[in-house]
Amino acid sequence: MATEAHGSESSLAFHPMDQFKPVSLFGDGTIHWYTVTNVTLWMAITVLAIVLLLVVGSRGRAMVPSKGQSIAELMYGFVYKMVEDVAGKDAIRYFPYIMTLFSFIVFANILGLLPLSFTTTSHIAVTGVLALLVFSFVTILGFVKNGSKFLALFWISSAPLAVRPLLAVIELISYFVRPVSHSIRLAGNMMAGHAVIKVFAGFAAIAAISPVSILAITAMYGLEILVAFIQAYVFTILTCVYLKDALHPVH
Amino acid sequence: MEGNIAELGKYIGVGLTAIGMGGAAIGVGNVAGNYLSGALRNPSAAASQTATLFIGMAFAEALGIFSFLVALLLMFAV
Repeated sequence: MATEAHGSESSLAFHPMDQFKPVSLFGDGTIHWYTVTNVTLWMAITVLAIVLLLVVGSRGRAMVPSKGQSIAELMYGFVYKMVEDVAGKDAIRYFPYIMTLFSFIVFANILGLLPLSFTTTSHIAVTGVLALLVFSFVTILGFVKNGSKFLALFWISSAPLAVRPLLAVIELISYFVRPVSHSIRLAGNMMAGHAVIKVFAGFAAIAAISPVSILAITAMYGLEILVAFIQAYVFTILTCVYLKDALHPVH
Repeated sequence: MEGNIAELGKYIGVGLTAIGMGGAAIGVGNVAGNYLSGALRNPSAAASQTATLFIGMAFAEALGIFSFLVALLLMFAV
């Protein structure tokens, strides 16, 4: 991106995309598949934070919940209601998977907003795996549960017979595009937000506009907290929608 | 003035994909605006439709994301 620096004498030598670079934590900086990078570190912190909230926080199982337990219960209830409302009662069996997805994404997004941290969900490699897992899970589940009736998802029986083949092609394309849009929505939103904050931070080097820049960073940061939550919500709710399609493929 | 014409076209193309963002903005704005006007007419039904609102927003946004995908492909794959 901004590889050709604006010269060392310029005060605008900032690289908004540098924050997304995986850096090896140990050794000489070469990255293999097993290298511990900052991506690995922040994923581990994400998992630890989830365990801290959901396992340690609710360990007391108190009738009058403590602060941590209330937050954990709130999150649990929120996802549970979402699965029940969107995917239906019989999708509750798959609630643990959806809860895992939601808690991982929401924690990764919000931990990524800490200064000097790394947003793991800003990498398409991470969100792509999440989306492909959802896609293959839903497709396999659809065929296991419904057999060949799952293909009714593409054959819209309420449409006139003449346009059904055309609609089938469109439905097929939109089905296979799901993991693409599912993953890039999350990665793109996280990456764009963080890059915008960095660009405003670059403007802060100019004394005349630095107050505006700081205000803009503050405003963007507030928006990013909202976006971090909404994107996790959207990812989860779309998973629920896909799950509903797999369980009840009637169009 | 060095550099070739293909490079020029590539960067112009990447810039043009930003138009797709405008389209997505119109789409998402439409969804939110229509939701709000519906919600103000019948506030009691509004709470049950927030999930639909976000699903609609996500689908409208997906097409804007494809323009971002095209930009990425132009920048790094072509």
